[in-house]
Amino acid sequence: MKTKLILDGLAKSYPGRPVFKDINAHIESGKALVVAGPNGSGKSTLLRIICAFIRPTRGKATLMNNDKELPGLEIRRYIGLVSPDLVLYDELTALENLSFFSRVAGIRFTINEFEDRLEQVGLMKRGNDKVGSYSSGMKQRLKYCLALLRNPELLLLDEPTSNLDDSGKLLVDKIIKSYKGILVVATNEKSELDYGDQIIRLGE
Amino acid sequence: MTTEIKSSGSVNKSFAVFLKDLKSELRTRYAINAILMFALVTVFAVSWAVGGIGLDQILQASLLWIVIYFSSLSGLSQSFVKEEESKTVAALKLYCPSFAVLGGKMIFNLILLFALNLLTIPLFGIFIGLDVYNIPLFIIIVILGSLGIVATTTLVAAIISKASVKGALFAVLSFPLVLPLMMMAISGTKKALTPETLISAARMEIQVLVSYVVVMAVLGFILFDSVWND
Repeated sequence: MKTKLILDGLAKSYPGRPVFKDINAHIESGKALVVAGPNGSGKSTLLRIICAFIRPTRGKATLMNNDKELPGLEIRRYIGLVSPDLVLYDELTALENLSFFSRVAGIRFTINEFEDRLEQVGLMKRGNDKVGSYSSGMKQRLKYCLALLRNPELLLLDEPTSNLDDSGKLLVDKIIKSYKGILVVATNEKSELDYGDQIIRLGE
Repeated sequence: MTTEIKSSGSVNKSFAVFLKDLKSELRTRYAINAILMFALVTVFAVSWAVGGIGLDQILQASLLWIVIYFSSLSGLSQSFVKEEESKTVAALKLYCPSFAVLGGKMIFNLILLFALNLLTIPLFGIFIGLDVYNIPLFIIIVILGSLGIVATTTLVAAIISKASVKGALFAVLSFPLVLPLMMMAISGTKKALTPETLISAARMEIQVLVSYVVVMAVLGFILFDSVWND
């Protein structure tokens, strides 16, 4: 499937406070966009607009699928998101979380397949533990597991290595380098700028 | 790259949301405790206030629905408020279609309210007195009244979940919407408490209650998409 993310003249402002303006980008499958900038520059806001969680003040974010614009909130079906905004259910186990989200998304997996996915992100044998008992790094790994569950066309990573130890950072590096869809990374880590085929700097 | 998306059906997805909420509730007791406490306190407070005086049918029916409605207020908003407070809304929006969210929450709230009724009504009968002469009519009115309360308050709960003063706003927004339902439910219950009353005597109340439930449920599913996504 040929997909393209188009950010067309995006601007966002809150009453009395402009966040960013005139953001333009075209990103195709296999390419990565890095959104860089200091805290409060609007990186997470830009990702929320792409997810259609909030509306831009001007412009629009569009995902083109075989040159056809996806209508309305359809874009969400194509997104995998790892972000501090995305929180899983603490009172459910990791397997229950994965099972619930895959079921409501209309994807079928067996328990063994979920366990394989958990093993891939270093959460082997912790699938039956409640997410509330996880460390922040383990929760971040679980978010990657969920984000990649439906093989998304568009992977959005907000602060991709936050809370992760060295092995976790290596895992993220492996995921990013092997990912074949459209990647958008919001970061203020200089080392992560290298992932981008395009870079948008906010707050300058 | 392929995105494996199979349609597993609206009902199946709604049921998944319901099961998730039920599992979460049984582990956290977020809404059950609030509802149980409120129901017990209200029944005992009314019992103490009445002080053993025999009540006529209209007072019994009115007090019963006041207890049911205000007890349900303390718990029915929690399904959406909890999602907002624990910040799980983003994940739910990303993976779950809005109709399944509302459907699942409605089923969950309905089960919660039926459980509340199973506790409240016998307690009410023991401590305050409830002389039901037409049991089938009483059951029909309680079921329809509960369906109406759930259809209305679930949508209101979604609206108020983003506000800062959730509890007060929930009561203020819900009450005018539920008032016509309460009037019909009280009237229908009064007839069930009156000796030698047939179900056909409450035809008007049943028709209004059924219409109310259908209208509020349909409105809910029409409006929810905007409430949830804007």
